[in-house]
Amino acid sequence: MTAKLPTLRFTKFQIFVHVAALLPLVVLIIDALRGNLSYNPIQEATFRTGKTAMILLVASLACTPANTLFGFTPAIKVRRALGLYAFLYALVHFTIYIGVDYGFDLRLVLLELEEKRYVIVGFAAFLILLALTLTSTKGMQRRLKKNWKKLHKWVYAAGILVMFHFIWVQKSDIREPLIWTGVLGLLLLLRWQPVRTRILSFRTSRRAGRRKPRPTEPAKVSEPEPAAQ
Amino acid sequence: MIPIKSSEITPENVYLNRRTFMKGVGLAALGGLAVAACAPAATPIAEPAASTAGTAAPVATASTGATTDELGDPVNSYEQITNYNNFYEFTTDKEKVAGLAKDFPTRPWTVEVGGLVNNPGTFSIEDILSTFEREERVYRLRCVEGWSMVIPWLGFQLSKLLEKADPQSSAKYVRFETLMDPDKMPGERSSWFEWPYVEGLRIDEAMNPLALIATGLYGKELLPQNGAPLRLVVPWKYGFKSIKSIVKIDLVEEQPTSLWMAAAPNEYGFYANVNPEVQHPRWSQRTERRIGETKRRETLMFNGYGDEVAHLYDGMNLAAYY
Ligand code: HEM
Repeated sequence: MTAKLPTLRFTKFQIFVHVAALLPLVVLIIDALRGNLSYNPIQEATFRTGKTAMILLVASLACTPANTLFGFTPAIKVRRALGLYAFLYALVHFTIYIGVDYGFDLRLVLLELEEKRYVIVGFAAFLILLALTLTSTKGMQRRLKKNWKKLHKWVYAAGILVMFHFIWVQKSDIREPLIWTGVLGLLLLLRWQPVRTRILSFRTSRRAGRRKPRPTEPAKVSEPEPAAQ
Repeated sequence: MIPIKSSEITPENVYLNRRTFMKGVGLAALGGLAVAACAPAATPIAEPAASTAGTAAPVATASTGATTDELGDPVNSYEQITNYNNFYEFTTDKEKVAGLAKDFPTRPWTVEVGGLVNNPGTFSIEDILSTFEREERVYRLRCVEGWSMVIPWLGFQLSKLLEKADPQSSAKYVRFETLMDPDKMPGERSSWFEWPYVEGLRIDEAMNPLALIATGLYGKELLPQNGAPLRLVVPWKYGFKSIKSIVKIDLVEEQPTSLWMAAAPNEYGFYANVNPEVQHPRWSQRTERRIGETKRRETLMFNGYGDEVAHLYDGMNLAAYY
């Protein structure tokens, strides 16, 4: 009775998030092994990984407002993981492009690069995500001090670049990327002070109207924040 | 002059090889870094030739069996050709067209030939099939989206049909129209585009021996997803020029406005010749992905048919007339 087993510290919500974030990758691997990736497997794999990276990025950006504005405290515990998963999918996405689609033929890649603005903005977003991933540890957060927050505000720039990427990749119908751009815009709006003040005061007044206050205070953020306040 | 006749007989084993090749591609896509160079190394698995494509009647007169195009590139499998289709009249999802088009009725079918011609008329598909002798033509198809296939079409030269109609001297263009029937073609309910699908050719382009009216492929009658019962094939132009399920052919004086020109005039022009030098506003046309292969190929000027068609555009600025 000396050795203490490590206690399971994952909440159910965290487990849900990790499973949900990894599931598309597992399905992709299974489909690839079974030859189930459509008649244009490179495009299918590119689309799937790009879409998943984009959704995870948006989800990570939703965590802070979910916590501070709507009192959904579990969100803050999964924010960093969502950001890192977004990078993982972007990395697979990028690797398929360079390695499979272009067979590491840099001449072919460069031949087209200046005519593919969606690749240029996608690559810029990828570099931002790479920088944020490399500085996502607690050690880095301590070392960078105030600059860490500044750096991680770039996640919004990455989000905007990804939306341009997503829109420009389409052949004609841009309704879907426009919906996601709208979601991103909404999340940006929620960081805007006048909007935040209104939401918070509305919620406070509703709470005051009840007898028992609900335990929905925003969680104190103790772990690194991939997204700044 | 036309380098496209076929000779030997084999399609079935080509088809099987391609299928296993696809699995290799799937693996490679996944393995990314590691597997990229060794895509076709999967074990051959014999599979029945059944696909979601349905059954197509073989054509009695058809000679079939080409395994490559004139450049030596292998033809795509019947399964690929009949299951990966850009046919917005059904859906924008290329892999769902075959399923949605399964019960599309292609008989009875009539084609109205008119406009500035001396012999206008409405012809049943049976008339057309018995009037024009068909031959096999193996053509590359390059989609504006950046993918391509090699397809053994069965058809007759568009020029033969036009000669029968006898264009008047004022006729400068040929205008084609697809069936408009949103009940049978659910994609036509989408308000995103101005239906019906319309395409056009300059009359000298239409008279070029490469321009084909296809009614079959792989020695069988066309399936609906490929544009049955008859469609245009202009292999030196992006795929969208090759209008499907045609009901109307008119000779006209003014340049027709195609569906794609109406939808995005700065992106899709009237000519739409395959041209690696002229980019799409949002993406490059310098390379293409051949369906069934991993690494991209460089796109050829006029899709490799420059000898046959370049003279049509002598003195034209192809960047301005995209
Ligand atoms: C590293 C540089 C990148 C490259 C070279 C790249 C390349 C591509 C390519 C080739 C496509 C498909 C185009 C087509 O076949 O029509 C695509 C689509 C897409 N990519 Fe990227 N990408 C990059 C970065 C990113 C990043 C960082 C994200 C998101 C975090 C992303 C999200 C997407 C999305 C959402 C799509 C569209 C998927 C769909 O339409 O279903 N990409 N990308």
